[in-house]
Amino acid sequence: MKIRPQRIKEILGFGLLYLSMGCVLLILGVIFYDIFTKGSGIVSVDFLSKPPVDGMTKGGIFPAIFGTFCVTIITGLLSVPLGMGCAIYLNEYARDNGLTRFIRLSIRNLSGVPSIVYGLFGVALFVQTCHFGTSILAAGCTLGLMTLPLTITASEEALKTVPRSYREGALALGATKWQSIRSNVLPYAVPGMLTGTILGLSRAAGETAPILFTGAAFFLPDIPNSVLSQFMALPYHLYIMSTQHYNITLVRPIAYGTALVLIALVFMMNLAAVIIRYRLRKDGVSHG
Amino acid sequence: MNRKLKEKLVEKFFLLNGVLVILILIGIFFLLLKNALPAFYQVSLKHFLTKPTWNPDAYDQPTYGLVPMFVSTMMVTLGSLVVAVPLGVGTAAFLSDVASPRVREVLKPVVELLAGIPSVVVGFLGIVLVGPLLARLTGTYSGLNALNGSILLAVMALPTIISLSEDALASVPRSYEEASLALGANKWETVVRVKIPAAASGILAACMLGMGRAIGETMTVLMATGNAAAFPGSFLGPVKTMTATIAIELGEVAYYTTHFYMLFAVGLMLFVITFLINLVADIIFHKHTRVQ
Repeated sequence: MKIRPQRIKEILGFGLLYLSMGCVLLILGVIFYDIFTKGSGIVSVDFLSKPPVDGMTKGGIFPAIFGTFCVTIITGLLSVPLGMGCAIYLNEYARDNGLTRFIRLSIRNLSGVPSIVYGLFGVALFVQTCHFGTSILAAGCTLGLMTLPLTITASEEALKTVPRSYREGALALGATKWQSIRSNVLPYAVPGMLTGTILGLSRAAGETAPILFTGAAFFLPDIPNSVLSQFMALPYHLYIMSTQHYNITLVRPIAYGTALVLIALVFMMNLAAVIIRYRLRKDGVSHG
Repeated sequence: MNRKLKEKLVEKFFLLNGVLVILILIGIFFLLLKNALPAFYQVSLKHFLTKPTWNPDAYDQPTYGLVPMFVSTMMVTLGSLVVAVPLGVGTAAFLSDVASPRVREVLKPVVELLAGIPSVVVGFLGIVLVGPLLARLTGTYSGLNALNGSILLAVMALPTIISLSEDALASVPRSYEEASLALGANKWETVVRVKIPAAASGILAACMLGMGRAIGETMTVLMATGNAAAFPGSFLGPVKTMTATIAIELGEVAYYTTHFYMLFAVGLMLFVITFLINLVADIIFHKHTRVQ
């Protein structure tokens, strides 16, 4: 039997598609394999709970973990209410007019603004104009604005999943618009909003460029005691341990450990988001 | 009456939240502009846009030329697209047209994992993994060069390109595919000659958004491209992109100096470039959805 040239082309073509998918999976595999095998040796309870010692050549990364935790809280405090408020406006109140389209265009463009530009904006607005100085507050606010587009989009998606009939039911019983939103929309949308919010925060926790000049510090002997202190952060710690430290080869294992903890933190937040969504979705079904 | 007033106030409150987003975007632009303008009291715009050197610390005559870092940024970005576009579109086509629904359900979240990896981790791998590999393959000293940056940026741009291209391919009406198969075309011909052309504008928009991400990406290029201030020569030489220049120098410079303001001017250029790319992608994308 003779194989037709079209058939050969088809096999080769699909082979290429398999190859692309394979390449992408290989990239992912290599990233995780390398970080995990070389980082897991150093991660221990001491590594997670002790500060760096001896010019950061020994010891742990606790201050960096703590700093990232604090900044992420500030980020959430800013981006969650604002993001949810904007999503509620867009999904519940906004009419299809020029203003709404302009808001949507702004959101899309904000999500494309480079992270280093958010850093510059943070310096100009929070560090200088608001006089926060280089601090947890300035860095947290910068990251909060950066994650805003993601929070809005995710919250709006969540609001969209609530059926129209829920709103109409409340309105038909004489409730005002806000009463219907509060009692019949938000309770069902909050799990989805929470999921999106945590995803946004996980992105913020891994960002380096926006905090470079807004508050992250090379090394601090003590953990920060107020929101106006500088802080150490996991992603920034990884950056300095791999490029700025005076003996880069000596601290390479610490850098690998930091990378592993950072990746684990980001993925644990992602996982938590997925679990929340899954569990609350199941609850939602059982409540009918 | 009271109740009506309350309703009005609640609505106005949420409207305020919406308008705030616009204000933030405009605020970013104006604060960058406000901090960039003083730079041009001392250095002409022509100097900034045409001088082929960036040397703010020069002893007698500091120069602030955008060109070398702009060329560097374009080199690593275009280099990354050469890798990421075929790989990303190929993967998207695999997910939409080859994979069974079950395989797709597993692989899509796996691809999204890639988007969750912080850029500083990718940059770190550029130093410890890609760099030494390139050094060995090409016989260069460190492997921290434009090629390394391009490879890492491709990894950063891939998730955007894959997921948006896959959406575009999935939104091609089934009837197109069926018509093509009914006319005797095989599956491969259908993918290449019917589905990809039908989804072309969506794929183009996806690639442009990927490009926007690559241009604005900071940590990976900062860590992996070597950051030499000289005019970029080849992909095997070190380059210093616009983002890396800001990241390195803003930490060292004194506030309110010409150099400080100049870095904001570079940031403003970055903002304008990515804004235009996103706007064009947006227009292409909406034209595409309207046709559907």
